[in-house]
Amino acid sequence: MATVTLGKKACAVNPLKMSQPIGGALAFMGLRGAMPLLHGSQGCTSFGLVLFVRHFKEAIPMQTTAMSEVATVLGGYENVEQAVLNIHKRTKPEIIGICSTGVTETKGDDVEGYIKLIRQNHPEVANLPMVYVSTPDFKDAFQDGWEKTVARMVEVLVETPRSAARRDPARVNVLPGCHLTPGDIEEVRTILEDFGLEPSFLPDLGGSLDGHIPDEFTPTTIGGIGVEEVATMGQAAWTIAIGAQMQRAAEAMEKKAGTPFKVFERLCGLGPNDAFISFLSEISGRPVPLKYRRQRGQLVDAMLDAHFHVGGRKLAIGAEPDLLFDLSSMLHELGAHVTAAVTTTQSPVLARVETDDVLIGDLEDLETLAKARGCDLLVTHSHGRQAAERLHIPFYRAGMPMFDRLGAGHQLSVGYRGTRDTIFHISNLIIADHEENHEPTPDTWRITDDAAGHAAATH
Amino acid sequence: MSSLSATIQDVFNEPGCGKNANKSEAERKKGCTKQLQPGGAAGGCAFDGAKIALQPLTDVAHLIHGPIACEGNSWDNRGAKSSGSNIWRTGFTTDINETDVVFGGEKRLFKAIREIIEKYDPPAVFVYQTCVPAMIGDDINAVCKAAKEKFGKPVIPVNSPGFVGPKNLGNKLAGEALLEHVIGTEEPEYTTPYDLNIIGEYNLAGELWQVKPLLDELGIRIFSSISGDGRYKEVAYSHRAKAAMMVCSKAMINVARKMEERYGIPFFEGSFYGIEDSSDSLREIARLLIERGAPEELMTRTEAVIAREEAKAWAAIASYKPRFKGKKVLLITGGVKSWSVVAALQEAGLELVGTSVKKSTKEDKERIKELMGQDAHMIDDMTPREMYKMLKDAKADIMLSGGRSQFIALKASMPWLDINQERHHAYMGYVGMVKLVEEIDKALYNPIWEQVRKAAPWEVAGTNWQAVAMAQMDAEAAALAADPVAAEAARRAKKICNCKSVDLGTIEDAVAAHRLIDVEGVRTHTNASGGCGACSERIDDILASVAMTAVPALQAAE
Repeated sequence: MATVTLGKKACAVNPLKMSQPIGGALAFMGLRGAMPLLHGSQGCTSFGLVLFVRHFKEAIPMQTTAMSEVATVLGGYENVEQAVLNIHKRTKPEIIGICSTGVTETKGDDVEGYIKLIRQNHPEVANLPMVYVSTPDFKDAFQDGWEKTVARMVEVLVETPRSAARRDPARVNVLPGCHLTPGDIEEVRTILEDFGLEPSFLPDLGGSLDGHIPDEFTPTTIGGIGVEEVATMGQAAWTIAIGAQMQRAAEAMEKKAGTPFKVFERLCGLGPNDAFISFLSEISGRPVPLKYRRQRGQLVDAMLDAHFHVGGRKLAIGAEPDLLFDLSSMLHELGAHVTAAVTTTQSPVLARVETDDVLIGDLEDLETLAKARGCDLLVTHSHGRQAAERLHIPFYRAGMPMFDRLGAGHQLSVGYRGTRDTIFHISNLIIADHEENHEPTPDTWRITDDAAGHAAATH
Repeated sequence: MSSLSATIQDVFNEPGCGKNANKSEAERKKGCTKQLQPGGAAGGCAFDGAKIALQPLTDVAHLIHGPIACEGNSWDNRGAKSSGSNIWRTGFTTDINETDVVFGGEKRLFKAIREIIEKYDPPAVFVYQTCVPAMIGDDINAVCKAAKEKFGKPVIPVNSPGFVGPKNLGNKLAGEALLEHVIGTEEPEYTTPYDLNIIGEYNLAGELWQVKPLLDELGIRIFSSISGDGRYKEVAYSHRAKAAMMVCSKAMINVARKMEERYGIPFFEGSFYGIEDSSDSLREIARLLIERGAPEELMTRTEAVIAREEAKAWAAIASYKPRFKGKKVLLITGGVKSWSVVAALQEAGLELVGTSVKKSTKEDKERIKELMGQDAHMIDDMTPREMYKMLKDAKADIMLSGGRSQFIALKASMPWLDINQERHHAYMGYVGMVKLVEEIDKALYNPIWEQVRKAAPWEVAGTNWQAVAMAQMDAEAAALAADPVAAEAARRAKKICNCKSVDLGTIEDAVAAHRLIDVEGVRTHTNASGGCGACSERIDDILASVAMTAVPALQAAE
């Protein structure tokens, strides 16, 4: 339906996009005892670190190989070696996840080779799990970094089961996309457990970045899925991938362990959740628990209440592909028109967004389109705040980063309940905007020469 | 690139910087590469430092030439405030792609400058170099020059790619860009005897406006602010100011000193954090302006304002003093504010437990020592566990630090206050000091602490992580106390030089065996300080303490 166009500007203004390596680093943060390591100059890590700290309001483990100008030109073996040894010595991680950056990719460092050499030369790290992903900054976006990293984790860490017959029917792998918050992951976990299933999440941000008080101070991740559990994921009966970005990791799992998979591109909205719940009922062999039957009813009721407010709204949305597809589809299903859509990177779902065109661009593009097309609802991450102020329209924050409001890690949009709450939240913003800015006055419908066209356009 | 390395060398030779001046020729060549260890804690890069220093210039378009990481991951994340244009908060980046990396990004950069000028028409465009284009050889100086000629507008290259060094170096390289391309390029409409430059103040949370009303009242004009709430034009004609105040410790010392050298503008280093510091700074401003021709009566008026404001602030703070009696503060902060906040807190009657000096320069530390007398606890490398123990032992009631370390305090259920750049409150001048005290009071006496410290109903006493951590540390300490040999081994095992992994014992032995008296000697024999050089101060301390214990031994021998 939608055509996807690539922006033609030389200068990106107000970026929507974030870089690939930090998407990879975030994926590593869903592993227990992990230390993500960016192979680049110290700023590469520092900017990402500050971003995550501001978003999650948590201490974030993230390290750097601290490449200097000279090291960059000569090659970074020594820096990677020192970094790995230092991290091993100081923080005793269970796994080190290494992502490359623009600097080291420009030189073309062979990090896989480095790791082999480090293992050879230093017996103390010979068996330390290390996963390397190539994620140059000058290609792709945050979501791609996450996608590649999870796929790589599957390839490196999952063991091929000895016998396919010994598959555990209760065990289910869940591969969540980066658009799911820790709160979303907890919700999916609860739903699966309510069907008697035993889910393993890779990565499991719900366990690590949900804001819990840790049992002890560790400089690595607190909580998340353990390397030993990842190794056994091949024994699960099913893999559920959430978001089209996770197709790749699901395929890697199938290839490695023969595990069948199903991709749920969306988990926000009535239809997608019906499909999800039916699937769980089918693979678990259990009827849908009463709790979800009631939640479904609540969602239907919420949709009925909200359609008065959301119906007819012209949505301007800026988000990474999977989040864009999910939220814009849900709002479309409530009667909103997806009028301006901007995203960060290519994805097969973009063509199915309910709009004429999706632009791979920035927030300046989104603001310009929203203004030209008279949008009256803005959905994007916190960086949309300046545009929202200028456009003077209701602004729903979704995606990462969300640094100017609390609770980013717990914003819920999946499941019947998450969809219901999201609908209420957005509807309330619209209602508040109406009360504050669009209350009728005796002059609202008065016909004057220059306002004639304007009044018709807004009401 | 040769001109960049020349500039870096020049910055390292900065005579105004005590730290660099004290170094040997060889050390200086290496520069302030207090660069972090691979796998050690992360700090900002030189590009980050340059952007922090210049971004508060509000009407300038700041264009980052590099891949998306450099701007996309970090834009609009500073708490500086503007009284006018908001273009500084707009994120501009060339977001270079693979093709640019292969064929060069200069054309894209030129086009980007054109797009910005056509769409936003700022008085100037600042172009920031980053690592990837620096590696592939994009010549931003040439592109900026061509763009300037083509569009008839200042296009300023800021050559500070991340990999040349840490944040601190970036601050100075930013200053160099201003000195080379901006300062002295325009003329003011008029000047007065009351024209003051403020250098190194970023107007975080609008704190400059806590002081500006006082300057306004005295008739002192902030002629040019570098860079908080600053304008391009003001910086361009800043060379006509009568005097300058340098606010942010060492971040832009090169700008202040070179402006004194080139344009004869005298400067002093001062602070508006704390009541006495504010008064001293106002006096110093008046004194310098009078020296440069302002009428003598300015000092009388200044003293009157100081007296009035001090009385007001003291009265406001006095009500808190009984509440703060016996309360201790753990202060952890970088170089910018360590020394200025120490004085401020003491004025409020709070006792200081320690202050981390991780990012402070030697002079900062000296200032802290001076301010806090002999009781200064210098906490260089405190682990989270130790920090928790310190808080828990009620040695501290509240922790003040930058945003990144807040979680240690909060997870330990201890009051905490943000005093670095991400904070939401302004703490400058007399009103700012009162605000800081008010915030500390709010944090200390919030009813949540009692609640969050309570164990969950299902928790067995003594088994939560806090108790376990405390017991573990106590056990370790007890084991060492009972075993002098182990204690001595533990003392000697303390790592002094992280780069070359040299411990205290090795250095002490070398000093004793070879009768070493300086850092160079220690380096020759142990290789300590052969890396980044950051540990040379610790080695100085070791040499001093070895000399101290050696004196009685010699006397006894005589």
